[in-house]
Amino acid sequence: MTNIVVLVKQVPDTYSERKLSETDHTLDRESADAVLDEINERAVEEALKIKEAGEGEVTVVCVGPDRATDAIRKALSMGADKAVHVSDPALHGSDVLATAKVIAAAIQRVEGVDLVIAGNESSDGGAGAVPAILAELLGLPQLTHAHHVNVEGSAIKVDRETADEGLTHLEASLPALVSVTEKINEPRYPSFKGIMAAKKKPVETLTVGDLGVDAGEVGLANAWSSVVESAPKPPRSAGVRVEDEGDGGTKVAEYLVGQKLI
Amino acid sequence: MIDLRLEDIHEELRKTVADFAQHEVAPVIGDYYEAEEFPYPLVAKMADMGLFGLPFPEEHGGMGGDYFALCIALEELARVDSSVAITLEAGVSLGAMPIYRFGSDEQRERWLPAMCRGEALGAFGLTEPGGGSDAGATKTTGVLAGGEWVINGSKSFITNSGTDITSMVTVTAVTGSKPEGRKEISAIIVPSGTVGFTVEKKYSKVGWNASDTHGLSFADVRVPEENLLGKRGRGYAQFLSILDEGRVAIAALSVGLAQGCVDECLRYVHEREAFGHKIGSYQAIQFKIADMEMRTHNARLAYYAAAAKMLRGEPFKKEAAIAKLTASNAAMDNSREATQIFGGYGFMNEFPVGRFYRDAKILEVGEGTSEVQRMLIARELGL
Repeated sequence: MTNIVVLVKQVPDTYSERKLSETDHTLDRESADAVLDEINERAVEEALKIKEAGEGEVTVVCVGPDRATDAIRKALSMGADKAVHVSDPALHGSDVLATAKVIAAAIQRVEGVDLVIAGNESSDGGAGAVPAILAELLGLPQLTHAHHVNVEGSAIKVDRETADEGLTHLEASLPALVSVTEKINEPRYPSFKGIMAAKKKPVETLTVGDLGVDAGEVGLANAWSSVVESAPKPPRSAGVRVEDEGDGGTKVAEYLVGQKLI
Repeated sequence: MIDLRLEDIHEELRKTVADFAQHEVAPVIGDYYEAEEFPYPLVAKMADMGLFGLPFPEEHGGMGGDYFALCIALEELARVDSSVAITLEAGVSLGAMPIYRFGSDEQRERWLPAMCRGEALGAFGLTEPGGGSDAGATKTTGVLAGGEWVINGSKSFITNSGTDITSMVTVTAVTGSKPEGRKEISAIIVPSGTVGFTVEKKYSKVGWNASDTHGLSFADVRVPEENLLGKRGRGYAQFLSILDEGRVAIAALSVGLAQGCVDECLRYVHEREAFGHKIGSYQAIQFKIADMEMRTHNARLAYYAAAAKMLRGEPFKKEAAIAKLTASNAAMDNSREATQIFGGYGFMNEFPVGRFYRDAKILEVGEGTSEVQRMLIARELGL
């Protein structure tokens, strides 16, 4: 029986135009469609695979505003068993430290957790720091950037892949925390049966106070870092046109060298 | 008074299928279409999502949903591609549904679970070289001899009849004559691979090129007497009762195609420039797209209205015919205007609108022609 917690986050759809609010530089949630972050779908898929290979329960933990229930519902439709949703206006603008603290408190409410699975970084904030901070707060070994996970009894083995260090193999005893990369798997689409079943699955909704976290430790005003300025992405430039006068290949290569691409 | 919002589960299904169509179907379907190949990997993925079991109860391996759920899925698939949509539509409403509605316990047990899982496809053979909706024109015969049906004849344009996973075809055949002299028509299940049952070479079609369509021929094909589906002499009546649902499904599919035209055009007119401006800034283009949107909207309302009556268990023959007629018109008109907006590119197969144009025509023909829909509406009005 493997008791797994998966962290999920609702993010603006990468297919829609995303922007920051002009007043406090936090995410403008109204401007874009909100979806379950794709990396979290993969995290859920990995949890379901581990559960289906043996026995277990998958609990989804989400910190986000009320409408994040849509993202939670999707994870439940895929096959997760239950959810904990921390929703509190006080959390608006929280940094990675406060977020990790709240998630840690939420995870501690789930009994007998063997494994925590997260995406390695979200497609909106993209700090990529929460899994490591969380492992530290929970006192768990961290196995980050996993593109292959294997649970054998009370041991977990992970293939870790990063651009800087290449491929490394990690091993730890459970309980542990894993963060996965987009190479880990192809997430399933929920079936209609899954969609209907999700409506009956328990979702516990909590505030920061319910978790015993001091509201003075979270939110924009208490963040350790702040966004000073933000500007929209500049429009794509027209690009460089290369006329082929017999030396087209050389010109293309020179351009790529100039861009440090080759 | 009325609320046309989708229920949560239907809305979530819609989003899921839309996501699937956009990310799994759209990138690869053009190649299948061009090669006129049946997209087995896509069908397998649709099967994994449970789409082939949508309207069937869980005890038969289904998803426990309703027929409207199927319509929603068809609309979202057809928004991207009609070949995969018609494969699903025919698999469910022509392959599995007759077995579920009219089959014996044994027949349901034998055929339904694999169909609901999408591992097997069933087909329905009604249309013949000499006629479709005209039951009296049926020439295929079934003669009961020594506890077996001996079937002879041929069928035309049968969807899903020749795939690697086709498990059976339900065939309508003349099994005698009624007292008043009319032909007695019954439906008989013919398993794939039965001796004498030949699946002809696939057709070269104008559209739906990634779907599986064949002519079938039967030469002294023998199947057990218990392969009779439903009641003897009720083959055509049974089929007609299924056709009303099928029309709502084809309407949903048509709305998807009409919506796909709007989607593609909205994207294109923001990119394409002519005479110094984006073409979307010209009123000639804006009006075309406004009309396309209006037709799609109206057609969707028409099929929702028919589906609402169907789910309430009320007669919906007229509404189904209206929905099918409205939606197939919208699909034809929208695909014609969409290819016009795309100009020369609209004539190229590599753009989806070209595919939409080719796929739209059959919507005015399949599941009863537009003329048959008008006939039905007039008949419902007592004419």
